[in-house]
Amino acid sequence: MSAVQIASVNTPSSEPDRASWYEASARQRIRSLLDAGSFEEFIGPEQRELSPHLGIFNLPAQFDDGMIVGRGRLRGEPVFIAAQEGRFMGGAFGEVHGAKLTGLVRAARDATSIPLLILFDTGGVRLQEANAGEVAIAEIMRAIIEARLAGVKVVGLIGGRAGCYGGGSLIAGCCSALAISEHGRLSVSGPEVIETNRGVEEFDSKDRALVWRTMGGKHRRLIGAVDAFVDDTMSAFRDAAVRLIESGPRFGADVLDAEQARLEDRLARFGTCADALDVWTSAGVDAAAAVPALPSEEFIALADKVRSIRHDAR
Amino acid sequence: METLSYRHRAEHRAGGTKPMALVGVVASGNLEVLVERVLPGTECQVDISTAAEGFGAVWEAVVADFVERRSPGGLKLSINDGGARPDTVALRLAQAVRSIEENDR
Repeated sequence: MSAVQIASVNTPSSEPDRASWYEASARQRIRSLLDAGSFEEFIGPEQRELSPHLGIFNLPAQFDDGMIVGRGRLRGEPVFIAAQEGRFMGGAFGEVHGAKLTGLVRAARDATSIPLLILFDTGGVRLQEANAGEVAIAEIMRAIIEARLAGVKVVGLIGGRAGCYGGGSLIAGCCSALAISEHGRLSVSGPEVIETNRGVEEFDSKDRALVWRTMGGKHRRLIGAVDAFVDDTMSAFRDAAVRLIESGPRFGADVLDAEQARLEDRLARFGTCADALDVWTSAGVDAAAAVPALPSEEFIALADKVRSIRHDAR
Repeated sequence: METLSYRHRAEHRAGGTKPMALVGVVASGNLEVLVERVLPGTECQVDISTAAEGFGAVWEAVVADFVERRSPGGLKLSINDGGARPDTVALRLAQAVRSIEENDR
């Protein structure tokens, strides 16, 4: 980018923004995350790129199709950014929604030096336009891999009401690094999907404690599926984004080998556990039952002790 | 889906200089309003796309009341509605005008 960087211009004051990430809209998250006034949207709502499919089902469309993409600055440095609006169709991937993210990831790939932030808030593919949504997931995953090969850091932030499920979780799995809050949930199949397919004895989707300790942020942090556990505030997500852009691993065959080894090790260590509590106990947590109620600071300290990053896997 | 369109003449032009603003979200009982400063003089247009059919009379009343209260001259407001109640619609319309009038940071 430009050779001259004036770091002090447009950077927000050091005052922490305690507003809830979970409660915020996708646009509020972007506004709070980036330096004031720096966001420039691509294909904004005024261009009316509406879903071509929802009308067939007599469903109302949204002007941005629930996906906001653009660029801006984070602590003075340029970033590409995408945010899903979880309240519109559960943040689900439709044709336009997916195509906007595909285009942004490819732009990041071609720029090679500008990091990309993805603010996940999604139930997965939009069932009313499932074929287009599934294709979009595949295209985005490929584009992220290409971008990372080109040297781009791709950081995912998860803490919205829809969580990060289905195809969204597959995309998250391709990122360089992930941050999650306690409210964030990360899983391929959602609670209702598991219950429908395997029965309520296998997974009771109404049991919120079970849902959160199986898919929630604390569990994902303890088993190493995410790199940072953060408070549910704008500042905490901003700090994590900055940190993960700096520390996210390179990408190459050796990183993939390390990731494969990490996953094999995880299966070997926890494969026979029946519940997340057993996983935490096996991972070396003394009072596993107390983890769900642990305040963020204490949990972060515990997680850092239990699982320090031991290799270059993501 | 039902589409409705209302054109009014407002008392005066809306304040501010921003070209557009967006408020709300398309969800059950909610709506989004895209407001754009694209019309000449004190003209005002409200375009509505809604899945709840047959409420034209209510929309007409809510829009007329909005134009009288907020005087959104020069503004075109486009609505995607997820079945919002009239009071929610009135609040979103007012919020939309406030958003385009205020100086954004």
